[in-house]
Amino acid sequence: MNWIVALPEIVLALLGMVILLTGVLQKQQNSFHLASMMTVGAFLLTALLIVVGADGAGYHGQFTSDHFSTFVQLLILAASSLAVIGSLDYNEHANLRRFEFPVLVLFATVGMLVMAGASNLMTLYVGLELQSLSIYVLAAFARDELRSSEAGLKYFVLGSLASGLLLYGISLVYGFSGSMQFEKLAMTLTDPTKVSAGLIVGIVFIVAGLAFKVSAVPFHMWTPDVYEGAPTPVTLLMGTAPKVAAMALLVRAMATPFGHLLAQWQQLIVLVSIASMLWGALAAIGQKNIKRLMAYSSIGHMGYVLVGLAAGTPNGIRGVLIYLVTYVFMNAGTFACIIAMRRRGRSLEQISDLGGLGKTDPALAMWLAVFMFSMAGIPPFSGFWGKYFIFTAAVQSGLWALAVIGVLTSVVGAFYYIRIIKVMYFDAPEAAFDRRPASLSTLAAGTGLFTTLFFVFPAPLVGAAEAAAKVLFG
Amino acid sequence: MNDVNAAGFPVLSLITFLPLVGAGILCLLHGEDEAAMRNVRWAALWTSLLTFVISLVLWDKFDVSTAGYQFRESAEWLPEFGVGYRMGVDGISVLFVLLATALTPICILASWDSIKVRVREYMIAFLVLETMMIGMFCAADFVLFYVFFEGVLIPMYLIIGIWGGPRRVYAAIKFFLFTLAGSVLMLLALLAMWNFAGTTDIPTLLKTQFPAGMQTWLFLAFLASFAVKVPMWPVHTWLPDAHVEAPTAGSVILAGVLLKMGAYGFLRFSVPMLPLASSQLSPWIFAFSVTAVVYTSLVAFAQTDMKKLIAYSSVAHMGVVTIGIFTVNVQGVSGALFQMLSHGIVSGALFLCVGVVYDRIHTRDIARYGGLADRMPAYALLFLLFTMASIGLPGTSGFVGEFLVLVGAFQVNFWLALLGSLGMILGAVYMLYLYRRIIFGRITRDDLRAILDLSPREIAVFAPLVVLTLWMGVYPSSFSNFWDASVSAMVEHHQAALKSTVTLATAVKP
Repeated sequence: MNWIVALPEIVLALLGMVILLTGVLQKQQNSFHLASMMTVGAFLLTALLIVVGADGAGYHGQFTSDHFSTFVQLLILAASSLAVIGSLDYNEHANLRRFEFPVLVLFATVGMLVMAGASNLMTLYVGLELQSLSIYVLAAFARDELRSSEAGLKYFVLGSLASGLLLYGISLVYGFSGSMQFEKLAMTLTDPTKVSAGLIVGIVFIVAGLAFKVSAVPFHMWTPDVYEGAPTPVTLLMGTAPKVAAMALLVRAMATPFGHLLAQWQQLIVLVSIASMLWGALAAIGQKNIKRLMAYSSIGHMGYVLVGLAAGTPNGIRGVLIYLVTYVFMNAGTFACIIAMRRRGRSLEQISDLGGLGKTDPALAMWLAVFMFSMAGIPPFSGFWGKYFIFTAAVQSGLWALAVIGVLTSVVGAFYYIRIIKVMYFDAPEAAFDRRPASLSTLAAGTGLFTTLFFVFPAPLVGAAEAAAKVLFG
Repeated sequence: MNDVNAAGFPVLSLITFLPLVGAGILCLLHGEDEAAMRNVRWAALWTSLLTFVISLVLWDKFDVSTAGYQFRESAEWLPEFGVGYRMGVDGISVLFVLLATALTPICILASWDSIKVRVREYMIAFLVLETMMIGMFCAADFVLFYVFFEGVLIPMYLIIGIWGGPRRVYAAIKFFLFTLAGSVLMLLALLAMWNFAGTTDIPTLLKTQFPAGMQTWLFLAFLASFAVKVPMWPVHTWLPDAHVEAPTAGSVILAGVLLKMGAYGFLRFSVPMLPLASSQLSPWIFAFSVTAVVYTSLVAFAQTDMKKLIAYSSVAHMGVVTIGIFTVNVQGVSGALFQMLSHGIVSGALFLCVGVVYDRIHTRDIARYGGLADRMPAYALLFLLFTMASIGLPGTSGFVGEFLVLVGAFQVNFWLALLGSLGMILGAVYMLYLYRRIIFGRITRDDLRAILDLSPREIAVFAPLVVLTLWMGVYPSSFSNFWDASVSAMVEHHQAALKSTVTLATAVKP
């Protein structure tokens, strides 16, 4: 048995237990900081193991390590690390100094890594549940706060429903095709006579379950409330890593086992994609709370990512991967700026609180402006390149309607992004924010530099994404 | 890189990114006091002047006898996509590069005293804007072009929104969204072209023949983008708002260079790459352009705000430009190019003229003025010169362009030329009317009695523009010289493409 393919995941899980033990044995005051640092260290070590680790399938084909999983896992680890760094200062101030926090992030990450490498519907489900359970707890982490508890509960109830849908879909697929293994499914389904209506219904359920996890319309309802209620570092995490993992899962599931059924699921994805882009753009316009705005923004972004999947080609998947990379960094950066919105120790969330930030805190305003322009898809920022590769694939596959709707909704989306810039630069200054700690400045500047300078040297990342995408199409 | 660069060094990249380096240096200059602000102003001015001086290499070393791209540079960017960092200028673009490098120091000098808040950010925005403008005219790769074309939005949005007038927020957002809506459709056209040709190298795309059905769609997508930028009637409504609210220098650069980006797009992409579609749809373009010329001239006549009047006159003048471009004959296209250059200088100068009195009295209401000739003779003289140039008086730059466009238009259609020339008459009406109301008559207001004539700094701002206006009017061939070869090559290519389709069509018919 080739157990070594899952070595990084195993090591990370073991390290998680070690950190848990260390946290218990430490004094209350410094355990949070120590556990966070150790978690970031564990992420780095895991990343190293993933890079040097061997490719191949293990556990009787239930788990794979290939270029695709490597790409996605590294991205997930980066996103989780950013979330932990973002939590350092926030948790100090919000009285959430508990070492369980980074440990939960770590276990969620283990789940996500498993999702990225899953090559069996059951592994997929187990990874997804590990991730979801950890994040349910994280969303309710500020347990003394009504909104946070509500967010956790809401996420839990709706998330369980989605998991149920997913599981039901898996059982249908298994019942109608006789396998849960991706490879066997793919082989079985090359024969069109084996494709029954029940199987298609199963696929629809699987897509619905995963669409919930990536918060695509019409399964997005939980997103604004949970984003708003959860502690901001948790929102940062939810907005990045699980989205990447779930999207990777969706991509792998659609491309590998169900790759021959492109005609069947393509319309579904196109529909979900259009709905997400439209609703993400329109519903965000009226938002006053910046975390809710980011929730709708993420719905819209997932719509764009799905455009790449709808193309159903290696180029489309490459677009998906590049988009996810740019998305993770600009989203993490934006949330770093949101965490920095604090006056006299109180965290602020209203867009109007940003008034005149360009005057009171030029550096923070500049980075936030960079992220907003990038999300709006204005070149030369990285967000433009994500859209560029996505629409390239759509055009190549002849999905013109999708491409035209996509670019037009991006104009609508641009309205609310540049409105934030308007508030920061054109409006009268409010009182200055508290001094931000070095961790947040570094986080914002690092992700901001990536977003700004991505265009200078995009070829290596594009090449890696291309190699990753090709794997799925054998 | 096998291309021989006449300058011996990568001059285009240098002038494109030098302002960006200057902006980076400005970021490092700290301090909020008056001395620091002075340093910021001087650093910005020197950066832009240095850029201008280096760009004169183009004027000197440009080979006017060839039609192709010169000073070419290329580097790998996204090789598997056929996207590269490719720079180059030909006869059509070279003078616009110079226009951009020449107007930027003038704009910085013009905002010397009038910008008092956030001087550093202002100068940074202007230098970034300069990079984007120059890069756009130098780009020989479609993706690179698009990046610069869109990138312009960012600094311009901030310039209008931060340093603009009372309704600046509305104007800035309107400007941003109008332009963006057009550009994203161009992005799709770009991708479709790349999908067909496998590269985004502009010289290669110029040689590619796109299928007729595809050309129409591509043309419409380009039209959406460039028509907003030009701006053509009926998508011109963002322009008066943006001009009125923008600070003086912002208006100058907007009228001087940014409006040229749309017309340049037509010349670079629509007409040469899509000959069939542009000849099929040219009647529509003519109709829109003539409407723009007549309608916006009448609207300009009714304005009470000086800047708005000049903004509407810009729409009318750009209508003449689009007529010239779509005649696709040598006279029409050269006329359009000449008109673009001339309008860049003259309307820029007119906005500066408005800025001069606005800085003193803080209103642009025409009725608040009158009789300035008594107190400001030098100003009256300058304003007269640019008014005449805007009308198209022989001996000024405005005449040459309009005349050539009308000659070109006559070859296409008599009515087109007639209605186009109506614009010149109407132009004379509203500009002379404006001039009379501001400069002549009696001084009735007390604050006008104490108004001061041009300061030495203002004279320094206007002097190069005066020289250029007269030079272009008296000796136009020293400018048209640059593009003669490129324009005739382009027109020949266009005719050949049309002819080959015609013969193909007749050959297919039984």
